[in-house]
Amino acid sequence: MKIHEFQAKELFRQAGVAVLEGFVAKTAQEAGQAYDKLGGEVAVIKAQIHAGGRGKGTFKENPSQHGVQLVRSREEVVAAAEAMLGNTLVTIQTGPEGKVVNQVFVEAGCDIDRELYLGIVMDRGDDKRPVMMASNEGGVEIEKVAAETPEKIFKEHFDPSVGIESFQVRTFCKKLGIEGPAVRSMDKFMKTLSKVFVEKDCAIAEINPLVLTKDGQVIALDAKMSFDENAMYRHPELVEYRDLSEEDPSEIKANEAGLSFVNLDGNIGCLVNGAGLAMSTMDIIKLHGGEPANFLDVGGGANVDQVTEAFNIILEDKNVKAVLVNIFGGIMQCTTIANAILEAYEKVGFNIPLVVRLEGTEVEEGRKLLSESKVDIISAEGLTNAAKKVVEAAGALTV
Amino acid sequence: MSILVNKETRLICQGITGKSGAFHTKGCIEYGTNVVAGVTPGKGGQQFDSVPVYDTVSETVEQHGANATMIFVPPPFTADAILEAVDAGIPTIVAITEGVPVMDMVRVYEKVRESGSVLIGPNCPGIITPEECKIGIMPGYIHKKGKVGCISRSGTLTYEAVWQLTNLGLGQSTCVGIGGDPIVGTSFIDLLGRFEQDPETEAILMMGEIGGTAEEEAAEFVKEHVTKPVAAFIAGRTAPPGKRMGHAGAIISGGKGTADEKIAALEAAGIEVAQSPADMGTAVERAIANHSAAV
Repeated sequence: MKIHEFQAKELFRQAGVAVLEGFVAKTAQEAGQAYDKLGGEVAVIKAQIHAGGRGKGTFKENPSQHGVQLVRSREEVVAAAEAMLGNTLVTIQTGPEGKVVNQVFVEAGCDIDRELYLGIVMDRGDDKRPVMMASNEGGVEIEKVAAETPEKIFKEHFDPSVGIESFQVRTFCKKLGIEGPAVRSMDKFMKTLSKVFVEKDCAIAEINPLVLTKDGQVIALDAKMSFDENAMYRHPELVEYRDLSEEDPSEIKANEAGLSFVNLDGNIGCLVNGAGLAMSTMDIIKLHGGEPANFLDVGGGANVDQVTEAFNIILEDKNVKAVLVNIFGGIMQCTTIANAILEAYEKVGFNIPLVVRLEGTEVEEGRKLLSESKVDIISAEGLTNAAKKVVEAAGALTV
Repeated sequence: MSILVNKETRLICQGITGKSGAFHTKGCIEYGTNVVAGVTPGKGGQQFDSVPVYDTVSETVEQHGANATMIFVPPPFTADAILEAVDAGIPTIVAITEGVPVMDMVRVYEKVRESGSVLIGPNCPGIITPEECKIGIMPGYIHKKGKVGCISRSGTLTYEAVWQLTNLGLGQSTCVGIGGDPIVGTSFIDLLGRFEQDPETEAILMMGEIGGTAEEEAAEFVKEHVTKPVAAFIAGRTAPPGKRMGHAGAIISGGKGTADEKIAALEAAGIEVAQSPADMGTAVERAIANHSAAV
């Protein structure tokens, strides 16, 4: 689960991670009030969306407006808020469609001496512990640094029950060329951040840039956080941070029905049991010249309601020209899924071709149910046959 | 022969009185697995069918010589259940549960590594040595005893592969679902090493997917340490970056963990990579043929 910068900073502030004062605003008027409350001359206004690259990103409606802007007066902040709110920001991470900005964050300015990068992720490699990463290449795209000059990113793993140790902070400081009073600020900052990462079950906690001020303070100028979905049951305090307007409506709907769903650009809908088989089904459609419209895993124990909802979600996508159902019955019997397909088919009202491939437990009975029904189903045997049939069916419709 | 489980396996189920635990324990017994006991805290002294239920894992070790466990407890309690099994000295621990927080697994992983136990999963279909012992949720009948070792991050995709193998007349020595989470107890490498050592395993099929670098590490290991023919398939060539594809671990993040990178690494290690999921069984055939041609 992703959250906004201002929400991450709220969590930082609660935990004692240094951030600047700032206020979130949903209207230009509120942005003006936020500027007044800050009281200084220099402030920064930042569009709040679940994507990075906002500073370089521009608005569809107004290509000269960027997603982050330095302002020096109330008039400037109000004008910038008006240019951002309700408009669509396109960044390197949003894709060409961009994201609509519903709120802005107005934050105090600060006296920057140096910009760094600091992040924590869970290492899935040999050392399966959280890893803190720091670099002098702050304020730029860290993926690019990692790909081109990986030696410029320093890493330290830590034990989640302890957090980062002081000697590790000193090691970072040495490598980053940080000396004097800033070392002590860094010690507090890194330790607190590592504790927040563990306590909140983060998947990512990233600060880019992290700034050193001229008087030796360390401050999180940006904040990006996402959380382990599997741990949300023990974080009721984070649930309210979920911003559904940032998520795909059909993905939200699928989620509520207990389905795992991802929207894609193609025209062949897929309904599959199991994540690996669902991905493989997309792959084999592509291999035979088609384009999958979605990833959909109905799970191991799908019932009629779930299958119906799955069809509903797939058919809501007007690009979909044909649907492939690919089920390998294990614990789930093919007869169960066949009955569910028939019932769902009646309920949903299909007007595009449906290709069904069944294999596994009770397959013969399942196939018989489908072939004896009045429902117009193209049955397929084997993965390749199924993929070819559905690609052909989708193609026939578009021609 | 086989790896990890066989006729001598004496299985218990942690969470035996829950819906899934009960259902799949029955399935394992029907397959012929020797299920000696079950564990549900607070329900010790009860019977589940003919299986006695205990409050703790250590009782089942003392009373029945349990040497493997299948865990079906809900996600908030899974870490604790695994640690209890480790503490009781159970050598083979199979955690089926999906949805365990990653931070829990960091703690568990360390403890398992320090112990003599092997953890398979979590978020996995389990492990089966055909015609000897089934631990988990896979349909038993698609398997056939034989000489291909299978390792996979996914459930139904493994069934697909096993079914292809069985239809080609290629039986399996042992099939292991290692799980779809970012941190799992046993990696491809651990099992490649075991299959390499197992005299009855003559070829290996590994099925990976997007996310992480476990397949790349496996490719390195195969190049250095595996003399047997290896075939592979990677799911998710069409998966978009930044999106979690069902499994918690199946995500391309920061441009890393793509299927193409993995396929390139596997091919560079001389592994026969199936381009289509319909071709996993025949890829094993080709790997075996190439291998005998080379010898």
